[in-house]
Amino acid sequence: MQPFTKLSAIAAPFNRINVDTDQIIPARYLRKSRRHPDYATYLFRDLRFNDDGTENPNFVLNQPAYRQAQILVADVNFGCGSSREGAVFALAAYGIRSVIAASFGDIHYNNCLKNGLLPIRLDEKVLATLRAQLVEQPGSTIEIDLEGQFVVGPDGNKHTFDIDPFRKRCLLEGLDDIGLTLMHEEAMAVFEASYQETYNWTMPRQG
Amino acid sequence: MTKLQLKPRSLFEKIWDSHVILTNDEGQSLLYVDRHYCHDGSFHAFDMLSESGRKVLRPDLTFGIPDHYVGTKSKDRQDFADDERRNLIEAIEKNAAEFGIKHFGLDDPRQGITHVVGPEQGLSLPGLLIVCGDSHTSSHGAMGAFAFGIGASEVAHVLATQSLWQLKPESMRITITGERSFGVTAKDVILGVIAHISAAGAVGCAIEYAGPVIESMSIEERLTVCNMSIEAGARAGMVAPDQMTIDYIEGRPFAPIGDAWNEAVAYWQTLPSDVDATFDQEVEIDISTLSPTITWGTSPEDAIGINDIIPDPNGESDPQRREAKQRSLDYMGLSAGGSLKGVPVDRVFIGSCTNGRIEDLRNAAAVAKGKKAKVPTMVVPGSGQVKAQAEEEGLDKIFIEAGFEWRYAGCSMCVGINGDDVAAKVRCVSTSNRNFEGRQGPGARTHLVGSEMAAAAAVTGRITDVRDLMEER
Repeated sequence: MQPFTKLSAIAAPFNRINVDTDQIIPARYLRKSRRHPDYATYLFRDLRFNDDGTENPNFVLNQPAYRQAQILVADVNFGCGSSREGAVFALAAYGIRSVIAASFGDIHYNNCLKNGLLPIRLDEKVLATLRAQLVEQPGSTIEIDLEGQFVVGPDGNKHTFDIDPFRKRCLLEGLDDIGLTLMHEEAMAVFEASYQETYNWTMPRQG
Repeated sequence: MTKLQLKPRSLFEKIWDSHVILTNDEGQSLLYVDRHYCHDGSFHAFDMLSESGRKVLRPDLTFGIPDHYVGTKSKDRQDFADDERRNLIEAIEKNAAEFGIKHFGLDDPRQGITHVVGPEQGLSLPGLLIVCGDSHTSSHGAMGAFAFGIGASEVAHVLATQSLWQLKPESMRITITGERSFGVTAKDVILGVIAHISAAGAVGCAIEYAGPVIESMSIEERLTVCNMSIEAGARAGMVAPDQMTIDYIEGRPFAPIGDAWNEAVAYWQTLPSDVDATFDQEVEIDISTLSPTITWGTSPEDAIGINDIIPDPNGESDPQRREAKQRSLDYMGLSAGGSLKGVPVDRVFIGSCTNGRIEDLRNAAAVAKGKKAKVPTMVVPGSGQVKAQAEEEGLDKIFIEAGFEWRYAGCSMCVGINGDDVAAKVRCVSTSNRNFEGRQGPGARTHLVGSEMAAAAAVTGRITDVRDLMEER
């Protein structure tokens, strides 16, 4: 996994609540390989492009100042709905490295962490301020420091955020968590043996 | 000597505790997984597994069930939408064969939507931890299990290790009181709950649904309720196992028998939340005034009673919410202050993991009987078993005589990726779970309802209060 340490990048204001993963990537692209060269074009497909395939000039990422954005500043419940990890593959393929929101769809939040993309939770009011600054000064940057757990807005104000220490370490070091888990193989085997003895009925009978 | 005082625990905490392999210094717990369901959309995870040269650790606890991409017109794979989709069905077949996973494939009469098949086969049991790479895995919580959806990387992790790292979620109890009035279904109850607490109202929580309304619900109704927990942002939704749960499971193909059955039942009876158990959040909702419910917008929280007025976005104090609600109205081609009742519909879909079980089909058939569809209507049973039972009961004849299409099992028009989709600006009354923009197809306009309301829309061609077509019980 690509590590995440620090980032100073253009941020785009994403003025929507409840952005579901169907918006981030429509279901019709989920059958594509995650390595498909067009993956970046699937991101926000039906919002970004018109029916005839031309760009929708009103969509934030189509505006010149925000095209190179690597950070999205969103609102409440970003990435709700479907568990599709394609939503993260698409964000990552476009070049988004971090999404800042007041809250996230639970599964989407975890999916981000597994792909070296940092989801940051900040207060709704802070987000409204950040988005307003990004609208006033299009193309301005936000700085993110994962080790220090803070974000610096375009106005220079610093906002700290919480992240659980395990996920933080995995991101900082770019760790593959299957490898980490397998380091506990012995504890897992002991647990499994005892579990299956205590709860033998949990083993599926062959139907 | 003082007796050891055990801290009262909730259903969720009991299941959580029994599955913790270890908790690291950073507070993450490694949880043991009892059941892992994979479907035809799980190919990313199998690719990840193969790319890292890993194997499936416990194929005996892993089940492959194609549902998302399967065609519903026939069982013939030549009828599938295209090669790309056929390849995904074949990929899960191939992965199942390669890793020794039990597979309910296209030619297996048990094939169907994973969240219908699991409970139906007696695979999803009380006290189990169940995962699947699909957000509606919350459904299985109706059996008294802790069940939740995961992403592809997590699916790969479970395949390789039969475990998953999790931070303990917050708990929420939603107690539903009052009496369901005539014509009010489990779907109306859960839509009412989501409208009440919002689409973000339970973000990250494990919900326990409790109270008299839930206790009196059938298992199938509880499955409908738990299914949509994710639409309120919850990680999981669950209902304490009771005699109804035990009766439902007994005799199902994969359920324990003999001594194992007796042990299981004795254990399940210890699972309901202790009287003094506490929850991080408590919500109580009286549903006495609830009526058949329908969504008007593009979030499941946009649900109103059939006789209510479409709300005015200007009533929202938060500017972001106001804008979102106005966008929804524009997308749906509706105006604030109007009524949904009487709005012409273009098509109807009855099915999905929310409402594709036998009771749903019986309820739809009761409304459709002796009437004729005014608009194209598809009935897609949740599984091959549901289809077979419906045919045994003659429900298929009722639907066919009413001019409804009677299809084969699959996710179909709920997610619109198998070829069954809804065209732009087409208004579809649907028993599925998501009314998101473009969910059923780019530009599609979805109204979520229960199966009776869907049948009512089919036979009238308009959004209709189903109670006008029903005889008072």
